[in-house]
Amino acid sequence: MQKLILPNIPGLHTIDVYESQGGYKAFRKALGMKPEEVTDEVKKSGLRGRGGACFPTGLKWTFMPKQTTKPKYICVNGDESEPGTFKDRQIFEFNPHLLIEGTLIGAYAMGVTTSFIYVRGEYGKWIRLLEKAIADAYAKGYIGTSILGSTFSTNIVVHKGAGAYICGEESSLMNSIEGMRGYPRVRPPFPAQFGLWGCPTTINNVETMCNVPLIIDHGWEWYSKIGAPKHPGPILVGISGHVNKPGVYELPTGVPLLEIIYKHAGGVPGDKKIKAVIPGGSSTMIMRGDQLEGACMDAESLKAAGSSVGTAGLIVMDEDTDLMKVIARISMFYYHESCGQCTPCREGTGWLWKILKRFEKGEGRAGDVDLLMDIANNIEGNTICALGDAAAWPVQSMIRRFRDEFEKRVKTVPPRMEQEAAA
Amino acid sequence: MLSEKNLHKIEELKKSYPTSQALVLPVLWMIQEEHGYISEESMKYSAQLLDVPFGHVLGVVTFYTMFHSKPIGKNHIEVCTNVSCMLRGSEKIVELLEKRLGIGLGETSKDKKWTLSEVECMGSCGTAPMLAVGEEYHENLTPEKLEKILSDLELK
Ligand SMILES: Cc1cc2nc3c(=O)[nH]c(=O)nc-3n(C[C@H](O)[C@H](O)[C@H](O)COP(=O)(O)O)c2cc1C
Ligand code: SF4
Ligand code: FES
Repeated sequence: MQKLILPNIPGLHTIDVYESQGGYKAFRKALGMKPEEVTDEVKKSGLRGRGGACFPTGLKWTFMPKQTTKPKYICVNGDESEPGTFKDRQIFEFNPHLLIEGTLIGAYAMGVTTSFIYVRGEYGKWIRLLEKAIADAYAKGYIGTSILGSTFSTNIVVHKGAGAYICGEESSLMNSIEGMRGYPRVRPPFPAQFGLWGCPTTINNVETMCNVPLIIDHGWEWYSKIGAPKHPGPILVGISGHVNKPGVYELPTGVPLLEIIYKHAGGVPGDKKIKAVIPGGSSTMIMRGDQLEGACMDAESLKAAGSSVGTAGLIVMDEDTDLMKVIARISMFYYHESCGQCTPCREGTGWLWKILKRFEKGEGRAGDVDLLMDIANNIEGNTICALGDAAAWPVQSMIRRFRDEFEKRVKTVPPRMEQEAAA
Repeated sequence: MLSEKNLHKIEELKKSYPTSQALVLPVLWMIQEEHGYISEESMKYSAQLLDVPFGHVLGVVTFYTMFHSKPIGKNHIEVCTNVSCMLRGSEKIVELLEKRLGIGLGETSKDKKWTLSEVECMGSCGTAPMLAVGEEYHENLTPEKLEKILSDLELK
């Protein structure tokens, strides 16, 4: 497939090269359309968000009120902190103008006055690249007042995060932009009604926005024919772990996981067997190596396989991997990143980690597996934001699919000693 | 507390945000860049500058892991130990770092030259294992590469 989001064109990150490749053509075209027509085009294209939940983008845009006296905002989510995810960084570095163009089209479609691009603080270097691109786009009149001679005016501002995974969660992200701690908000009200400073706000992932110019440029019909029919388009798959050629690969959605691993990423070092795969970042359900046949990188296929696309950050683990170490490390992450607002998440993530450390050391106790399941089940669905679910799913799926691995790490204590210990 | 250049930048930024509270993160970043860390005094300064309570600023500083309320070593080494890095040998990297620098994770050397931190995924999973020194990413680490990075830093 021809690469659309990360084509290999030298200098594409500069505005001159970007323009020479037809850049900002889609934005000009959008300015000649009615805003509703633009949203409609995105809706019909079938584009679904690339930030983790695969939510239909055009539909999300229609939630924005048309009649309102308040300013409207876009937040572009470039927090990119989900373990296994490293794709948005490629966009900042190699095709920042595509992101800017997509954001501008979104701003026009929704009547947005300011778009904030929230980028994780660790990406200082990439923030400067993005800021340079934005300054160049201002200078050329693509951003600012009366853009390209039209009556449309809008601004783009980069907001730098400061090292909190939770700020990728959309409501936490808005609080962070407002200058507060990154605590997720209780919904409803939803951002389209009550977002940044109480005004209508739409949050979209960086990669999602990059698909928008493609849709406007080539039309929704063309776009909807790329990849999986119900989840179309190009997708940036980041593959890491035990493969020969880890990296970001732009592929059509619906590409088989085995093809990604063996054809694109060069297979597993030493031709070892695959023990497990996490298909879309650490929050998604782990799959067994023998479950991969037929599973593809799109929402429908991975749902059927008992997992999800998430951020398409595929982590491959070979047959020698210690899965107890893996799951303990993942749980430590969620414990560390929990913002502490909800009891099930704040306490539960810590308990999960503590118990999983026992398994890592080979000191699991009888009944621990059920206890883990019980804790995870009590976090899932009982919290303000989805970090709770994200902490529960890896543990639940690991138990469901690798129970034997846990059982191997239960320390069998002679019955008498156990009685003594209990006494 | 802040340079003229940054004070000017703050005035510019005010145009982009409807409240001055929204400038808390940008201002804290400026302070940390100029002073290396965010002292209690500079938190008070930021609170006054932006007309928000001191407690609010303190709350923000303590929430975000990248803000330091105490001075750290001249070279801040952040090593990722999350899954993708772990699968590609970050444990070995941590072991070498601890041995070479004589400090453990979360510690600063006595001469204040080094701070070693264990961090969560940095978005370099495809080029793991990795570490960052300040804003500089070092990826696809090997023991040899690590030694070169450290000796280069020592000379600086
Ligand atoms: C704990 C947590 C962390 C998240 N981190 C990110 C992130 O770093 N980037 C992102 O785009 N979405 C992240 N999301 C999803 C966002 O809440 C939101 O759904 C997304 O940005 C919407 O964009 P999309 O519709 O274009 O996918 C996170 C969600 C949760 C619960
Ligand atoms: S689920 Fe966890 S991270 Fe989300 S709001 Fe509750 S405590 Fe915070
Ligand atoms: S896991 Fe280390 S950079 Fe992502």
